[in-house]
Amino acid sequence: MAQLITYREALNQALREEMERDPNVFIIGEEVAEYGGAYKVTEGLFEQFGGNRLIDTPISEEAIVGAGIGAAMVGLRPVVEMMTVNFSLLAMDQIVNHAAKLHYMSGGQVFIPMVIRAPQGAGLQLGAQHSQNLESWFAHVPGLKVVTPSVPADAKCLLKSAIRDDNPVIFLEHEMLYGTKGEVPEGECTLPIGVADVKRTGTQVSLISYSRMLISCMTAADRLSQEGIDVEVVDIRTLRPLDEETIVNSVKKTHRAIIVEEDWKSVGMGAEIESRIVNGAFDYLDAPVERIATAEVPMPYSKPLEKMAIPSVEDIVSEVRKIVGRSAK
Amino acid sequence: MPEITMPKMSDTMEEGKIIRWFKQPGSTVNAGEPIAEIETDKANVEIEAFDSGVLTNILVQEGTTVPVGTTIAELRPLTSDQPSPTPEAERPSEPAPVYTAPAEPTPPPVTPPQPEAITEERVMEKSPETEEPKHIAASPLARRVAAEKGIDIAQVHGTGPEGRIVEADVNEFAEHEKGAAPPQPAPTAQIYYNPAEVTEGVSEETLGKMRKAIGERMTRSKQTIPHFYVTSEVRMEWASRVREELNSDEEQEKVSFNDMIIKACALAIQKFPTINAFLDEDKLILHKEINIGMAVALDDGLVVPVVHDADKKALREIASITKELAKRARNGELHQNDYTGATFTITNLGMFDVESFSAIINPPQSATLAIGTIKEMPAIVDGEFVAAKIMRMTLSADHRVLDGAIGARFLQEVKSRLEFPIKLL
Repeated sequence: MAQLITYREALNQALREEMERDPNVFIIGEEVAEYGGAYKVTEGLFEQFGGNRLIDTPISEEAIVGAGIGAAMVGLRPVVEMMTVNFSLLAMDQIVNHAAKLHYMSGGQVFIPMVIRAPQGAGLQLGAQHSQNLESWFAHVPGLKVVTPSVPADAKCLLKSAIRDDNPVIFLEHEMLYGTKGEVPEGECTLPIGVADVKRTGTQVSLISYSRMLISCMTAADRLSQEGIDVEVVDIRTLRPLDEETIVNSVKKTHRAIIVEEDWKSVGMGAEIESRIVNGAFDYLDAPVERIATAEVPMPYSKPLEKMAIPSVEDIVSEVRKIVGRSAK
Repeated sequence: MPEITMPKMSDTMEEGKIIRWFKQPGSTVNAGEPIAEIETDKANVEIEAFDSGVLTNILVQEGTTVPVGTTIAELRPLTSDQPSPTPEAERPSEPAPVYTAPAEPTPPPVTPPQPEAITEERVMEKSPETEEPKHIAASPLARRVAAEKGIDIAQVHGTGPEGRIVEADVNEFAEHEKGAAPPQPAPTAQIYYNPAEVTEGVSEETLGKMRKAIGERMTRSKQTIPHFYVTSEVRMEWASRVREELNSDEEQEKVSFNDMIIKACALAIQKFPTINAFLDEDKLILHKEINIGMAVALDDGLVVPVVHDADKKALREIASITKELAKRARNGELHQNDYTGATFTITNLGMFDVESFSAIINPPQSATLAIGTIKEMPAIVDGEFVAAKIMRMTLSADHRVLDGAIGARFLQEVKSRLEFPIKLL
């Protein structure tokens, strides 16, 4: 049975179901308990599970992640909430030097079955420091998994899988997606981490994206279909491990690829994806792989400027027209 | 090692024949120096070295025809720190395939270079320092598909972003090739007679390049372009008088009727841009320049040298250009630029006392004007007979691009300028 609920409600369901299923699962972070989370993702859980399993902390990200790592080392399954991804920068040493490495450096004696949930992205006029997309920072590090769901169903099923995974998982939600609705399975559902999803099949060009930009790609594809341009949309869903096979197969079929990402272009996620495409599908490419990304500026506070900086549906539509276009003979 | 390839000297050139080599293996070659003479479908031209170096290998012998893009020779660049070695030492261990004409005997020793005789006829005006082998922009997929189909990518026209050759271009090229493949000979070559009836009293001749090119082009034009024809009479008394006055000055270039017609057409085209256009599937492509081609008859065919930007040139300027072009055409010395880029064509059979005729449009153009002789005959003006000089001209036009009324108004415009030659100035 499927239900039509929001991305926020889907995440809340995943947390609730996993806490009901496994008493070792607990939530720690700023305002996660009595307030129900800054973005209300943990709403109602404190009432159901109490203060032992929903722990409010001081504003101290390094300590929050450190506590999560310690708990994970001794067998608990912490779900750490960073109020936004921007604050995880304060916990980078814990994440990169400890969470990602302890299993390896202990010769496999220690597991870190921890999820760090963090909203990211721009679009709410939160200014340069609170509007970033830092997925490539985490996806760079061996020992971490990085998940970036775009639709409510994936959000629920991937979060449940992330909680059950024995490795540290960075689970990046998008602030602009919390209110979006979609069909979500009721009750038990999981999705393998590291498997992309072809959200729309097409023949002329592959749009490769994730998180909020995936939604823009779907809108662009709808619009382009009215012009007779047949677009395939690949949702990568997890950035590490990256499902190279699905991406490469899509491009082998369509011969053209545009990667749409909300992070900055330089050294961004799309650079990695493009490199995999060029290696895996070189002889199938009928055009250079293109990338659409956020303008390389600190995100402006001004609403019109912010809108200009973030890739729009129009940007995607016009790039697709360009890549499939042919001139007169 | 830089390779010297058979260059593409015109849009229609698909293969070329080496007439002679000016250089032998081991000779030093300077960038810009002519190294060989080749025969194309249009003219005999010299090709020049892009780089300085030592010619190490000649791969295509004299008298042999090879497709455009074929490596015809190899050149080792000169470097300051390396003395030039003997040609033997430079031969690659596995030599590239050598093309020879099957029926020809071993070529005679190569004539020594004759630089003084050829300095005038530079074909490629390129600075030696910047010259590199031509890069062809093609997608990896297009290259792979071309390789699978055995197509030389250099012959494919790119229509992708930034002119890149994309897969669809290769596929369309392959389709076109298939259509033009030998099992389906061009309609010009079809047999409409019973060979048994003509076994005696005939002799056979293989068509020359030019005849073949004319045949293919005209067949394609007549089969794909719906021609219509409009004829008009022009009174040429004033044009004759003005021409005589202009030519009374012995110092100056003589102006011909053709020059006046070229100028009249160029100015008329300014008013009717669709005359200066062509159709590409569902798109109308309008030429920006007004370049008037004039058909010149040769013994074994014809060529169409071009007066570029004829609307911007003075009558005498046109006269000196056409005189030079006609001379080069008859001597087979046309440069590539001399016979490419025409946007409208004029053909004149007046010298053979032809009253009027209809011509076939030369694509990518949408119209052509056929000129008859100037004949003295009576005309009626205000109810009275007068002696007049009448010239008939017939416009052939592409009905997909323009309609009869436009063709007629264009002719009126040409006519009014020839009848009042002050309008040619």
